[in-house]
Amino acid sequence: MNANQGSKRIVIEPVTRVEGHGKVTIQLDEQHRVTQARLHIVEFRGFERFIQGRPFWEVPVLVQRLCGICPVSHHLAAAKAVDRLVGADELTPTATKLRLLMHHGQFLQSHALHFFHLCSPDLLFGFDSDVAQRNVIGVAGRYPELAKQGVLLRKFGQEIIQATAGKKIHGTGAIPGGVNKNLSPAERDLFLGQMDQILGWSRSALGLAREYTLDNLERLAPFGSFDSNHLSIVRSDGAYGIYDGLLRARDAAGKLIFDQVDNQEYDRYIAEEVRSWSYMKFPFIRSIGPELGWYRVGPLARVNNCDFFDTPEAERERQGFMELTQGKPNNLTMAYHWARMIEMLHSAEKIQELLHDSDLQGEDLVVEGERREEAVGIIEAPRGTLFHHYRINENDQITMANLIVSTTSNNEAMNQAVRKVAEDTLDGVPEVTEGMLNGIEVAIRAYDPCLSCATHALGQMPLRVELVDMDGNVVDSLQKG
Amino acid sequence: MNKTVIFLLDGEVIEGSPGKTILEAAEDAGKYIPRLCAYKGLAPHGSCRVCTVLVNGRPQASCIQPIADGIVVESESAEVRELRRGVIEMLFVEGNHFCMCCEKSGNCELQALAYRFGITAPRYPYLFPKREVDATHPYILLDRNRCIQCGRCVRASRDVDGKNVFQFGGRGAGKRIAVNAAGGLGKTDAAVIDQAIEVCPVGAILRKRVGFRVPVGKRKFDHQPIGSDIEGKAGPTAV
Repeated sequence: MNANQGSKRIVIEPVTRVEGHGKVTIQLDEQHRVTQARLHIVEFRGFERFIQGRPFWEVPVLVQRLCGICPVSHHLAAAKAVDRLVGADELTPTATKLRLLMHHGQFLQSHALHFFHLCSPDLLFGFDSDVAQRNVIGVAGRYPELAKQGVLLRKFGQEIIQATAGKKIHGTGAIPGGVNKNLSPAERDLFLGQMDQILGWSRSALGLAREYTLDNLERLAPFGSFDSNHLSIVRSDGAYGIYDGLLRARDAAGKLIFDQVDNQEYDRYIAEEVRSWSYMKFPFIRSIGPELGWYRVGPLARVNNCDFFDTPEAERERQGFMELTQGKPNNLTMAYHWARMIEMLHSAEKIQELLHDSDLQGEDLVVEGERREEAVGIIEAPRGTLFHHYRINENDQITMANLIVSTTSNNEAMNQAVRKVAEDTLDGVPEVTEGMLNGIEVAIRAYDPCLSCATHALGQMPLRVELVDMDGNVVDSLQKG
Repeated sequence: MNKTVIFLLDGEVIEGSPGKTILEAAEDAGKYIPRLCAYKGLAPHGSCRVCTVLVNGRPQASCIQPIADGIVVESESAEVRELRRGVIEMLFVEGNHFCMCCEKSGNCELQALAYRFGITAPRYPYLFPKREVDATHPYILLDRNRCIQCGRCVRASRDVDGKNVFQFGGRGAGKRIAVNAAGGLGKTDAAVIDQAIEVCPVGAILRKRVGFRVPVGKRKFDHQPIGSDIEGKAGPTAV
């Protein structure tokens, strides 16, 4: 924290228990009122530029290096795009189901990681509890059984990924037009033997998130909450879908903004804005414009958007979730955790269903069709809708790539949450405590941001360094780029 | 006429036929000497120096040095291993080798040697050279970023395919693999079945659109270190 006489600037750097690096700045005036609160992303990646010139079949393996937490998302979004480049409009049942299994394995491990390792300390000990205890080690000490379940749920998901992609992290399973392996009966039986336990642990994690939200509703309802649009893919029958679907957006009251939008036409509906103070872009719905057209993605948006889950337990839980808001979209930031755990249970149910499907042992792995030179692949990543858009030349080399990563879509929403919590808890307060500042991080964490995935500013990397004196005057500055 | 040549390899008596190189004679005896430019069926080249051994105390490329009676060859001494390790590390820093997204990973001889030697990171600074990708051929990709200039493709194209598709261009640090058409590989008579395409030890010359079709676990070096096939001839050898 650094302070001048009069106005004050609070900096939270780094934001902890999130993926990647970011910082929060809060500007207070002389009366301690919040005048500005922002989440800054301080990383720069540049994938969209440096994959230009690379052969397209390399891309699903290359771009997944964006992330070590949910690389499967980038792997599959890129694979879906390159499927279209090779004209594989419909994959074989084995390939489709193998990829779906891989994706649900990833949802399970990523959601478990977020809920147990990153968020549970806030929920179990309190936002302003002792900072020395408020971490996963503290959870393991006080709630050892819960911590064990978190670790083993994640392990199970990672092992599903290994069986379908070849490796737990950064595998090669999805290739243009299909997959490079099937699931052996031995692998299947190994997983089936663990399913009862995995389902049980997913149910109890969901119960914890549900009860926590309902028991603390009065406090959580206004916490970092605001009305917003919600965007996700849904299956053509309106069902919740994470691998294949059409774009749907609703406003805060539940009215459809667009529905059943073909993935290939996403850029007619979504645009991105660049702001000078962040490496992360700000996407928005074109028909509404940049000021009000921003939207939320991820578990909350998906549960709000879909008509139903195609597994019984998750559907029952969805109905309970929607009852809270009388069937209208739930706009509570802290409801993300509940929605996320409904999704984790759904993934466990889908994994069980898929493991009983003999198509996973099929031998027909790859198809091809008529080549194209431009394609879009859209999936739902654990953190929200993920767009991969590529163009290639006649020599099979990438000439253009545009990635709209889930966390990028939640950029404005996270900034809104930061502003809301800052205004609600810091405004006019003479003494700012660590617990209050953690409250701001709690709101960011609800979105499960992956900041390292989300930094894709185009062009040169601009860097400006300012030397500021005690009174806040700029004494000197240097600019690069 | 058929006199056997007898020499010492790491203290062991080896018998070999006259005219054989040290590398060949060692291989016949089930002893693996690491190599990159050497390839069975192609003329020896002696350029990569990974197969360096000490012959009577002097460093020699074993792929071009014929055996001789009474020579004392050191291959697995700490000194020789360190020499080879340095050469392999230099090959890594001189090119742009990003194994994590290279489709040759698991089948790459350079990567496999790094694993065999336990190289986790090179001691030298990366040079990050600017190298060109030639994707003009409809079925073959030439990615010079990964080329180690072993010349296998040059020899295979000239001596086996009878085409002279590949040749070296430039001098010294500017030396690069070149093709014999101004318009790139697509304007040459290179064919996807050429031996020149087959012999590339790294991911520099690839058949297009094959990519990652071989899953992790079924690639050449997923389960056995490079050289195991040679060592296997003389029974199991710990690496």
